[in-house]
Amino acid sequence: MSDHEYTPKSKAGKWFNDRLPLLTLANHLTDYPTPKNLNYWWTFGGILTFCLITQIVTGLVLAMHYIAHADMAFESVEHIMRDVNYGWLIRYIHANGASMFFLAVYIHIFRSLFYGSYKSPREIIWIIGIIIYLLMMAAAFMGYVLPWGQMSFWGATVITNLFSAIPFVGEGVVTWLWGGYSVDNPTLTRFFTLHYLIPFLILGLVVLHIWALHVPGNNNPVGIDVKKPSKDTVPFHPYIVIKDGFALLMFMIVFAFFVFYAPNILGHADNYIEANPLVTPAHIVPEWYLLPFYAILRSVPDKLLGVVAMLSAILILAALPWLDTSKIRSAVFRPLYKQFYWILVADVLILGYVGAMPAEGLYLLVARVATAYYFLHFLVILPVLGLKERTIPLPLSITEPVLGGSPNMAMAKKKESKIE
Amino acid sequence: MSDKKPERRDFLFTATYAVGAVGAAAVVWPLVDQMNPDASVKALASTEVDVSSLKPGNTITVLWRGKPVFIRRRTQEEIDVARSVKMEDLIHPEKDEDRAKNPEWLVMLGVCTHLGCVPLNDKGDYDGWFCPCHGSHYDTSGRIRKGPAPWNMEVPKYEFVNANTIKIG
Repeated sequence: MSDHEYTPKSKAGKWFNDRLPLLTLANHLTDYPTPKNLNYWWTFGGILTFCLITQIVTGLVLAMHYIAHADMAFESVEHIMRDVNYGWLIRYIHANGASMFFLAVYIHIFRSLFYGSYKSPREIIWIIGIIIYLLMMAAAFMGYVLPWGQMSFWGATVITNLFSAIPFVGEGVVTWLWGGYSVDNPTLTRFFTLHYLIPFLILGLVVLHIWALHVPGNNNPVGIDVKKPSKDTVPFHPYIVIKDGFALLMFMIVFAFFVFYAPNILGHADNYIEANPLVTPAHIVPEWYLLPFYAILRSVPDKLLGVVAMLSAILILAALPWLDTSKIRSAVFRPLYKQFYWILVADVLILGYVGAMPAEGLYLLVARVATAYYFLHFLVILPVLGLKERTIPLPLSITEPVLGGSPNMAMAKKKESKIE
Repeated sequence: MSDKKPERRDFLFTATYAVGAVGAAAVVWPLVDQMNPDASVKALASTEVDVSSLKPGNTITVLWRGKPVFIRRRTQEEIDVARSVKMEDLIHPEKDEDRAKNPEWLVMLGVCTHLGCVPLNDKGDYDGWFCPCHGSHYDTSGRIRKGPAPWNMEVPKYEFVNANTIKIG
């Protein structure tokens, strides 16, 4: 879209750029035309990049002091907390950083769901995003195992045992994952290795994610294509850079609140007890960001089907561009979808809540209903809605609603007051 | 492809792919297999336990291959209950006689067959074991009766070396 010819001004710049066009890339990123109606929900891509870099930098530093050995891991983490200069700060940033990362990614995903950013021609961006999300979960899970506390050990045991549900080869696969007959030192060392590797895989995928984004350009709150770049877009720098920067500052305030005032509130006290293979904690609960899927796992009374349901709940997202049959992207113009969207948000929050509660009685019933609704939303409601729904007429262009030329005057007025 | 007669070159391509695939698999296998249990892990195959101090109705938990093993000296009442259960009522039908050759002693892996937690003693609807993770109930023979676990708790290979010592593995 913005691949106009670019020639560096300086002679040295031109010499370099002719051999490796890095300056052309930098120019593309600076001038990248961005829809001018992007709201603050669009700032989470930048925030997520910040989260990834924070995790890589703090993780790198922690790895200088951490010892990946079943006998020493727990102690080395305490050593980081008590002895290493600023070790407490770095570890708290890393541990809470994982939670902040997921907070941001959930907002980012739900923004896509609301504004239909996964629809044609952005399916590949969406699928790469889902792969990144899966890798994030793997990295977070393995990272949680490294302190070798009780939750680390039993979380690792429960999650790796999910693979034993695979017919015939399940037990063999689990033994292979463990490198033994239970979660033990070989498991810890390989988890450390993979935990170190995955962020760099994510980094690579983020490059592809942004590359794929820069082909069609950003979606936007009204969900229609850019008609006239000169009217409908602003250059990425300085407009979006400033907006992203401001949102990032706000986000960092929340981040800092957790790090400095409530660094353990998102964790479990049990993880400050060293791993003991003879005693399972009374209540095994995963980190908050995995709770909805945990609720789905527990709501199915069969082992294999429970695992299948949990994995499907994630993988179904990859099929979303084809399950949603509506051509209209933004929920702003889909009055029914908008309502179902908020029901889905509530459904996922309820799943998260019951995932943290014991799997019995009313909680189990609620979990089952919420699980059924989750799949109903994607497999029935979305495909049918796209065919049946009466949508609100779209504005003629991104600029139109701002200037009052929309066929939908009420919408135009609302937009106007919001933007100005 | 089908309407064209195979040439010498097609044969060369196919042969090259085949050799390449075999070579790649041969290189990948060591990289995969290194993750399986190593010789030092396999060497810790058996453990001996002194059970002389165990009174009827008590359970001890010992570690074998990194996993907890329950050794329970059952009361007569527990044995009677375990042996009177009808096979149709079981999710994973196994006779108590097969699980505990010597009825007084029940030896089994203390690992829930759902997702590997350690069930709690003397708990649950069947007065056997209860897994706190996802609510599986086991009876006094360690058989699954209710909940998401698919199988009974596994009985490992074990033997009485003498009247007071059990060798597991």
